[in-house]
Amino acid sequence: MGPLVPDIISGELNYIIALIIGIGFGFALEQAGFASTKKLVGLFYGYDFTVLRVFFTAGITAMVGIVVLSHFNMLDVSVIYVNPTFLWSTLIGGGIMGFGFIIGGFCPGTSACAAATGRVDGMAFLLGSVIGIFAFAEGYPLFKDIYLAENWGAVLMYEQLGLSREVFGIIMILVAAGAFVMTTVIENNINHKETKWFKPTIIKNSILVATPILLVLMVMITPTKTEVMNTRIDEKIAAGECNPKMMHADKLAYELMNQYYKYNVIDVRSAEEYKAFHIPTAINIPLEELHNKENLGIVLQNIKTNVFYGADINQSQRACMVSKYFGKSDNFALDLTATQFNQQYFLLADIDENASKTEAELYNFRKDAGIKLKEIEETVGNLDKPVIKKAGRVKGGCS
Amino acid sequence: MLKETPKKYMNPYLAGFFLGFVLLVTIYVTGRGLGASGAFKSVAIQTVESVAPTHAANTQYYVDYKESHPEGPLKSWLVFEVLGVFIGAFLSGVASNRIALKLEKGHGVRNSTRIIGAIAGGALFGFGSQLGRGCTSGSALSGMAVMSFGGIITMLAIFGMAYMVAYFFRNLWIKKEQ
Repeated sequence: MGPLVPDIISGELNYIIALIIGIGFGFALEQAGFASTKKLVGLFYGYDFTVLRVFFTAGITAMVGIVVLSHFNMLDVSVIYVNPTFLWSTLIGGGIMGFGFIIGGFCPGTSACAAATGRVDGMAFLLGSVIGIFAFAEGYPLFKDIYLAENWGAVLMYEQLGLSREVFGIIMILVAAGAFVMTTVIENNINHKETKWFKPTIIKNSILVATPILLVLMVMITPTKTEVMNTRIDEKIAAGECNPKMMHADKLAYELMNQYYKYNVIDVRSAEEYKAFHIPTAINIPLEELHNKENLGIVLQNIKTNVFYGADINQSQRACMVSKYFGKSDNFALDLTATQFNQQYFLLADIDENASKTEAELYNFRKDAGIKLKEIEETVGNLDKPVIKKAGRVKGGCS
Repeated sequence: MLKETPKKYMNPYLAGFFLGFVLLVTIYVTGRGLGASGAFKSVAIQTVESVAPTHAANTQYYVDYKESHPEGPLKSWLVFEVLGVFIGAFLSGVASNRIALKLEKGHGVRNSTRIIGAIAGGALFGFGSQLGRGCTSGSALSGMAVMSFGGIITMLAIFGMAYMVAYFFRNLWIKKEQ
């Protein structure tokens, strides 16, 4: 599942990828005509709307691609970089950039392309932008307050508008298509050309616009893999087919004391709950992440016996079902919840004086088990734990 | 060398699709978008650190930057990416016979005016990209792809402002030929 960096690709290789991606980027910009200042500025005087066409097409292509990849669980959109919104600095900075665009005739990326193809004005613009950045760095204390004001974090446009990702995507496609038609008419007027409406062209262009819309609609209509899985499991539970093997807590305690390495104890609660208390040697995979590829790798194996437990029995049974859904492994659900386990072995109340001999034996066993499990946890330490994946977003942007 | 006429530019929608595909691959592989101004920032900071090391050591902004970029300003993803942009644009220029040492400007504009305009515009753009945390590539285009609110309003601010002031600078670009 993407993004491939940093888990699959890392370190130096990432720089080589940066170089290759840059080559593609530069090639695309130059082919589009973005190394020519007159072509860029044409956007603002209406004689050439190439920039708008390229820009919107590129944005829509990537946007639809992300929606589709995310739908097929191929890209984790929760970790990709989303540039944060600092309202005032974004608006003022954007305004200054717009002003610079008209006077200088480039933006940084296009000036690099212009310079690379021998345009002296592009080189001058490059020099200018380094000077501008230097001015910002030197005067930073003056701009700091405005730079850091109104920090909204990594907010998304469709969230702001209260729409779903897909609906907003379709709106953007329609806006872009409308802009393409409108700007063509304007461009022709300014260049004193007649706008002709050829039927074949209209049909061809309609198909081109309909394709991304249909892709997004398909994403909206078809359920994701996760949804399919959850529906099937719900159906099975409703049909009374949810009867995973149960493991008695005392049996688990005994087994862990003697051969903990044969068991894969999995806590399916949230990371916070796991942190507050967990059964010694247990690893944490929240239920909603259990079906992720990297987690399935831990669960689907035939060396260790899986024992799932959660905040309630339903959670642990469901975890068993998820594991069963994806492949073969030896699965058990613990017959106690995490809290019950904690009380039974670690937070024991003093035993009743009139307790029978068996009760006393059981009490002693549980008390010993608690102590011993703690020891095992300390010795084994972090040996068996999977590396906790950091949930943070990838760093990016222009800093 | 044979002087051939430059080839026509690619169909803008096709070029846009190609660019969007590059952007999508970038996001799929690296989890981040494209960028440009960040690499220029690296160059600016590296220059200050080399030319005036004591000044860099005594100014909070450079100290903070150094702390967040322990490997040095030039060893950054964007620097390599922008190096690639130079190579890619050059290759594309060669393929389409568009490499030429020349100054592009509006009709009737003096060379010195164009150069000063480019430097001043570059300076404004560079400054604005720092305040706005990214330029047309890093913030507007990549932001649009991931539907970032900040990215889309950056785009609106850049193009909105450019349209607002375009009229006042029309002599730089569309002076009538007569």
